Amino acid sequence: MSKFFTYAGSLIVLAAAVLAGVGAGSVTVPLPEIVGVLIEAAAPFSPAEGSVNASIIVDVRLPRVLLAGLVGASLAISGAAFQGLLQNPLADPYTLGVSSGASVGAVLVLFLGLSFPIFAIFTLPIMSIVTAVLTLLFVITFARMLDKTLSIETLILTGIVMGSFLGSVISLMIALTGEELRQIVGWLLGSVAMRGWNYVGLLIPFFVIGSLLLLIQGQELNAMSLGEERAKQLGVPTEKRKAIILLAASILTGAAVAVSGTIGFVGLVVPHICRKLFGVDHRHLLPLSLINGATFLILADLISRTIIAPVELPIGVITSLIGAPIFAVILYHQRKERAVA
Amino acid sequence: MIDVKNVSGGYKEAPLIVDQVDFSVRKGEFFGVVGPNGCGKTTLFKLMSGVLPLWGGSVSIDDRTIDQYDRKSLAKKVATLPQLQQSYFTYSVRETVMMGRYAYQSGLFKHPSAVDERIVDLILQQMGLSKMKDLPITRLSGGERQRVYLAQALSQEPDVLLLDEPTNHLDFSYQKQLLDELKKLALTSGLTVLSIFHDLNIASLYCDRLLLMEKGRMKKMGTPDAVMQKTLLEEVYQSTIDVYANPSVASPQMNVMPDYPYAADGALGPQLLNVSEEKLVFQTSQPLKTFSSAVVGAGFGWYNHFVNYHVDKSFDCSQPDAFMREKFKEWQLPEHETLAMMTAAYVTNYASRHIIEDDFSLYVVVTAGTSNAVDVLHGEKHGFIAAPGTVNTWIFVEGELSDQAFIQAVITATEAKTKAFGECEITDPVTNTTATGTSTDSLLVASTQTGTHIEYAGPVTKLGSRIGRAVYEATASAIEHSLKGKQL
Repeated sequence: MSKFFTYAGSLIVLAAAVLAGVGAGSVTVPLPEIVGVLIEAAAPFSPAEGSVNASIIVDVRLPRVLLAGLVGASLAISGAAFQGLLQNPLADPYTLGVSSGASVGAVLVLFLGLSFPIFAIFTLPIMSIVTAVLTLLFVITFARMLDKTLSIETLILTGIVMGSFLGSVISLMIALTGEELRQIVGWLLGSVAMRGWNYVGLLIPFFVIGSLLLLIQGQELNAMSLGEERAKQLGVPTEKRKAIILLAASILTGAAVAVSGTIGFVGLVVPHICRKLFGVDHRHLLPLSLINGATFLILADLISRTIIAPVELPIGVITSLIGAPIFAVILYHQRKERAVA
Repeated sequence: MIDVKNVSGGYKEAPLIVDQVDFSVRKGEFFGVVGPNGCGKTTLFKLMSGVLPLWGGSVSIDDRTIDQYDRKSLAKKVATLPQLQQSYFTYSVRETVMMGRYAYQSGLFKHPSAVDERIVDLILQQMGLSKMKDLPITRLSGGERQRVYLAQALSQEPDVLLLDEPTNHLDFSYQKQLLDELKKLALTSGLTVLSIFHDLNIASLYCDRLLLMEKGRMKKMGTPDAVMQKTLLEEVYQSTIDVYANPSVASPQMNVMPDYPYAADGALGPQLLNVSEEKLVFQTSQPLKTFSSAVVGAGFGWYNHFVNYHVDKSFDCSQPDAFMREKFKEWQLPEHETLAMMTAAYVTNYASRHIIEDDFSLYVVVTAGTSNAVDVLHGEKHGFIAAPGTVNTWIFVEGELSDQAFIQAVITATEAKTKAFGECEITDPVTNTTATGTSTDSLLVASTQTGTHIEYAGPVTKLGSRIGRAVYEATASAIEHSLKGKQL
C-alpha cells in the first residue's frame, strides 16, 4: 500500500511540474486555460484555433516540457541502472563519459552533415548511441585493466578523463568546421529549447525500448549490486543480463544526448534522492527514478528559463549546480563509511 | 551427491591454480577443505559453483554435470555463502534474503510468489532474524549479517552449500553458533556442506572428512584424524605444528609452535625455593610444563609458581581447590600460573637433591610423613579418607621432555619412593607389612622444555637413573627428618 502512495505521489508531482512548465514563462497562462488547450489539442478533430496562448502552449512549451521530461527520465533510469550494475553510486552517464561519447556521435552528424539513408532522420540518435556504447565499453575495459575490482575511483577517473578527451575532440571538430561558436557551446551545455515536436518524436522510440528493457531488470540489478559473482551464484545469467542493461542504458543516454546535448548529473542526483526516499530495491528504484527524473528536468528547465528572464540559462548549468555538490556529498560518505569498515 | 572428477582450472593469463582434484561428497556430509593461503581452495569452490569455467575434468551434482544445468537450475542445487562483503547499497534484511529466491521467480518483473514470501519468512524465523527483518543490513553486527547471508543462501533451497571461510571476522561465540547451525542442517535436513577453513582446529571439530590441499593439488583426504598428522601439516604449512588429542572430544587439536626459543633463566635449583613454616614456594620467571596430581593444577599445564602448603591432619578436605585459590589471593600469587599441593607433613622437614649434568639439570624436593603409610597390596583394608597428602614429590628438569618422558619420570620416581619406604622399614600400621607409600601421595614433574630433547626417562636412561637416585635419597632423608623431628 505504501508503494501505491509512492507511485501516486510521484505521478502527481510530475503532473504538477508539467502544468507549471507549460504555464510559466514570458507569458503566464492560467491553469484553466492550459487544461482547456491541452484537451482541445488532444481531441481528434481539433479545430484550427488561432489563439496566441494556444499556439505558445502547443507549438513551443508543450514539446519543450515533454522533451525535458523524456530526457530527464532517460538519464535518471540509466543512471540508476549503471549504479546498480557497477555497484557504484557515483556512476552515471555523465561521470562515465558516456554522455561525451554520445556527443561526439551527435557532433559528427550535425557538423559534418552526415546522413545515412537507411537511418533517415534517425541518423543522429543512432550515431549517438553507437558512440555512447563504444565509449562505455572502452571506459569499462580500460578501468578493469587498471584495477580488476573496478573500484569507484578508477572508474570515475577513467570516465572523467575520457569525457575531457572527447570534449577536446569535439572542440577540435568545431574549430575545423568554422561554424559559429556560441550556438555550439549552447548545445554542448545542454538545452531542450527550440527543439520542437520533431525531436520529441525522435526520442520516443528509443525511450520506449530502452526504458522497457531496463524496467524488467529490477531483481537482476538487485542481485548484481552484490557483485557479479554473487549474482551468478544466485542464478542470474549475468553475461546476458549485463549486455542488455549496458545496451539499454546506452540507448537511452545516446538518444537523450542526441536531442538535448550533454546535461550532467541527472542520472546521479535523481537515483540518489530516490534511494534515500524510497529504498534501494531496484524493482521500484528504476520506475521511480524514471518518473522523478522527468519531474526533475522539467523543473530544472523551468528554472533555467525563468530565473534571470529574459535571458535563458543553459539547463546543464542548473543540473550541475545541484549535481556537483551532491556528487561531493556521496563521495564523502562513501569514503567515510569505508574508512570505518 | 557431488562428484568432482579430475578438476583443473584457474584464471586468465595465470598458471593452473587447481590441478586434477578428485573427490566426491555424499548427501548430508560435512566436508572441510584446508590448506595454506594460495593453495587453490577458493578457486576450487568457484569451479564447483560454476562461477569459473573448468579447464579440465567435471563436476556433477546428482549425476548431472554442472554445465548441463542452466544458471537458475544450478542455483536451486548449489548455494554459496560468500565471505562478508560490503555493498554500497543498503538493502533491508528481508530484501537481502528474498534475493535468494531469484532462481524460483519467473515472469518479466520477477514478482515474488506467495511461496517465496512464505519460505523467506520461515527461514528468517529459523535464523532468528524475524525481529530485524525490516532493518537495513548495515545496522546489524558482523555475526547477524553473516546469518542474513546464510539465510539468503538457504532460501535458494539448495542440496549443496558451499562456504568460503564462513567464520572469518566472527568472534568465538558467533563461529560456534553458525557452525552448530550448519551441522544441524547437515544432520537433520540432509544438506551437504562443503566449507573452506582457515582454522584447522575448527575444521577438525566439525567436519566428517577433510581435504588438505597444497599448491593446487590434493595432499591428503580422510577423517580429521587421518589428515591432521604432525609431519604432514608441518610439511604443507612449512611451520612447526604440534598435534594433540583434544581433551574433551575425539578430534585432534593443532597448535602452531613459535620458532623463537624460550629464554632459560639459569639452573632450576635451591635458590628458587622459599621455605617457611607453613609452605614451600618454588618460583621461576618462565613457566614450566608441568604434569602432576596437584590439588590445583593437576594434569598437563604451564606454571611458574609451585606451592606445597602445610595443613593440619584434621583439615576438612571437602573443597581444597576453593580453599587454595583463596590462599593465592592472600599470598598475591597469580591464580592461573600457580600450582598447589597440600601436605600434613611439616614442610620444614623437606629434603632436596640437585644434580647438574651436561645436557640437563635436575632438582628434586620431597616432603614426607609416614602416618598414613599403606602397603599397596592391602589398600582395601584402609577405609578411604580424603586427607591432605603426606609424601609430596617435586621433580624439576631443565631440558625438553617428551610426553612419554613425563610419564616415565612419574613411574621411575614412584618406584624410587617405594624403595625408600622399604629401606626405611616403614610398615603399614594395619597389616604390619612393608608400606609402599602413603594413602595420599602426590607428585609433579616440571620441565623448562628448553635445551636438549629427552625422549625417555625410564630407570636405565640417564635422566631416569638420576631421578631414581635423587628421589630415593630425598625421600629417605625427608622420612628420616620427620621421624626424628615432630611425630605426625
